[in-house]
Amino acid sequence: MLGYTLRRLASAVPTVFLVILLAFMLVRAAPGGPFDTDRVLPAAIEANIQKHYRLDDPLHEQFFRYLGGVLTGDFGPSYVYRDRTVSELIGDALPLSFLLGVSAMTLAVVAGVAVGIAAALRANSRFDRIIMGAAMTGISIPVFVLAPVLILVLSVKLNWFPAGWSSGTGLSKLVLPVVSLALPQLAYVARLTRASLIDVLNSDFIRTAKAQGLSTASIIRYHALKPALLPVVSYLGPAIAFILTGSVVVEEVFGVPGVGQFFVRGALNRDYTLVLGVVIFYAVVIVVLNLIVDLIYGLLDPRIRTR
Amino acid sequence: MKFHRTLIAAPFALLVLVAVLLVSCVDRGDPFEGLKVLDRALSTEPETLDPQRARSTQAADVLRDIGEGLLGYDPVGKLVPAGATDWTISDDGLVYTFSLREEARWSTGEPVTADDYVLGLQRLVDPATAAFYGGQVGMIVNANAIIEGELPATELGVIAVDPLTLRIELTQPTPYLLSLLTHPSTFPVNRSTIAEHGEDFARPGIMPSNGAYVLDERDTSSLVQLRRNPLYWNNANTDIDIVRHHVITQEMSELNRFRAGELHMTSNVPPESFQQVKEEYGDELHVSPYLGVYYYGFNLEKPPFKDNLPLRQALSMAVDREVLTEKITGRGEQPAYSWVPPGVDNYEPRTFSYANLTQSERNAIAKSLYSQAGYSEENPLKITLHYNTSDTQQRIALAVQSMWNDVLGVETTLINEEFQVLLTNMREREVTQVFRSSWIGDFNDAVTFLGVLETDAPSNMPGYANAEYMDLMQRAAQQTDLDARRLYLEEAERTMLRDHPVIPLYFYVSKLLVSDEVLGFGDNVLNYHYSQHLSLADDGE
Repeated sequence: MLGYTLRRLASAVPTVFLVILLAFMLVRAAPGGPFDTDRVLPAAIEANIQKHYRLDDPLHEQFFRYLGGVLTGDFGPSYVYRDRTVSELIGDALPLSFLLGVSAMTLAVVAGVAVGIAAALRANSRFDRIIMGAAMTGISIPVFVLAPVLILVLSVKLNWFPAGWSSGTGLSKLVLPVVSLALPQLAYVARLTRASLIDVLNSDFIRTAKAQGLSTASIIRYHALKPALLPVVSYLGPAIAFILTGSVVVEEVFGVPGVGQFFVRGALNRDYTLVLGVVIFYAVVIVVLNLIVDLIYGLLDPRIRTR
Repeated sequence: MKFHRTLIAAPFALLVLVAVLLVSCVDRGDPFEGLKVLDRALSTEPETLDPQRARSTQAADVLRDIGEGLLGYDPVGKLVPAGATDWTISDDGLVYTFSLREEARWSTGEPVTADDYVLGLQRLVDPATAAFYGGQVGMIVNANAIIEGELPATELGVIAVDPLTLRIELTQPTPYLLSLLTHPSTFPVNRSTIAEHGEDFARPGIMPSNGAYVLDERDTSSLVQLRRNPLYWNNANTDIDIVRHHVITQEMSELNRFRAGELHMTSNVPPESFQQVKEEYGDELHVSPYLGVYYYGFNLEKPPFKDNLPLRQALSMAVDREVLTEKITGRGEQPAYSWVPPGVDNYEPRTFSYANLTQSERNAIAKSLYSQAGYSEENPLKITLHYNTSDTQQRIALAVQSMWNDVLGVETTLINEEFQVLLTNMREREVTQVFRSSWIGDFNDAVTFLGVLETDAPSNMPGYANAEYMDLMQRAAQQTDLDARRLYLEEAERTMLRDHPVIPLYFYVSKLLVSDEVLGFGDNVLNYHYSQHLSLADDGE
């Protein structure tokens, strides 16, 4: 399995290289540049700035210089945040995005699975219908609607949580961003768990277990849950992707200084190095997380491991 | 099964890490106990707080708190002495001599000297700094040659006569020099700090301040926190101890945070909530004229607008600006019939000849001009209108499209583009016909607007070129007599308006919410609000 892991990691290298190349070409092909605003600069000043950042070199030289930098861990200076490097910007933002992402993921999985199990055990009851109806609503409401609604109700009206990151003290400022990020995924995980658990509960080996007189709790715990969680685990990959992209919106709405907001702002500002840095970061995160999901899948389902 | 164990250990390690991060967020009590804290909003992250390398108005807003130029503005926008106590101007208007404030100190304790101002201005034009605003001081002796790399920065015509006397030498009289010298790009920098830390000095703990506040903490994309500078010469008159500039990119989030009591001041009001905010907050909503014009420009280098004055006039006259400002923008904007906004010092804007006609009279004239230009119902004009993606731009574009169609029968195709794409298209003048743009004044003088349409000006998006206009602008530039200069500038505007290179649609207003706990707030056309002028009512936190 170690060999498998290493092979998977090695195959990620060309993927990441391709991502860098494509992102570099795309961001450079977009009209405009990092120093363009409606205040057009005098030619001499623009030339000085281009020269300062060596943007007047041929494009292929810039690409290979950039690539060389990336290999040594140098993602270049930000063109817009003029006294910061991209590594610094991402490095500063990373712990927060990580905290937000992992908290949201944990909340979504733990609460989602719990709600799913509860609903499956009372399948087709009124409780089940209410929970699943709520989950469907949760899936359908996009984050950019959910987050402002949460702010309006829980911050502006009830004043329970701060509406913006920089105004909060302590843990309270985490609550709304994490909940906004987790809720749609929580709902999805709940529906997945319910469906797959109902499926498993109807299978022969569970009937056998029941016939042997095992309690419902131990049937769920020792026999049904593991196979029922397989679809949830395979959904973790996409869920992580959703949480990463969702964090772009959530960070913007709550003013959380994480990595996500650099993605959009960097692209709109044509901050070439920042966009590339964030793209490379996301590419690596997604490749690594997908690998982890595959490994967990192997643990839960021995058939995959042996192959 | 060793591998199995690592996989179980991994989530455990992850949880520990999360726990550590969570603990780092835990409340440690109010760090500002007993201090007066002002919370205000910034609409974007300041790209840097290096006064010479900064560019955005948001960076300038913060820099006006943590630095001071030779002059400053009072709450209502009147020029007042700041780092300089007084000054003399030579008869030919070419030499300005400033006496610096003797008691001015850096937050490090060193005196603020003429040499610090010299260094600031030299950095501004030095190609090595790659400063955006270098062109603004092109009238200082040798500035342009230094920007182009022909002379070293030390040749700039800014001289420290003695530690408390600064002389600035110009190549042409520039009556607005004094207001330029309030701009953060002209602020002094501390020579010993730059010697020690190089270009990387604009950071908390390093950056010295000669202003009312010192940079205390910076959380990229979230917060710029400032702390009172006890060595500031006017510290005795500063009320607020801590200023927190919160970076909030969404107007709606800003409003919500104001509603939740997290902000004393917003930087804007979202258009869709304006009416509601007006009813809800009354006096806390401040709407005030602002030095900015919103306009549609013509591409004068391509048909159909090249050499077709009647057509440009017809399109301009057919736009009902009152409907735009009342029904579409609706936040107190003023309909524009001139290029220079009202409220500019020592200037009376000229207006279009039809400014006093009713809209139906204008429409009638527009129709005859339209047919004079060679178009009719059977042979309608078909044009494109480029604007950048945003709700407001779109609604205005739709309204103008239908006005042109109703009055003249023009068929307009609306093209919305990302801002950077629109900018590139405007500059290239290849694919645009009519485009939307705007201009915000850099300082309080008519030249900041009229200069935009000078033939070689980089921001001359329509490609306007008129020798008579240039001649008037140059004559104005050589005047030392303010009244004569003003007449030339007004005549230049009249000449330009006659040519219709642009359709000014409306003049901007600044609109922001200011909590009634904040005292000393003043409306002004520049929308500058120095934190040192504000104070908080005693029960306010």
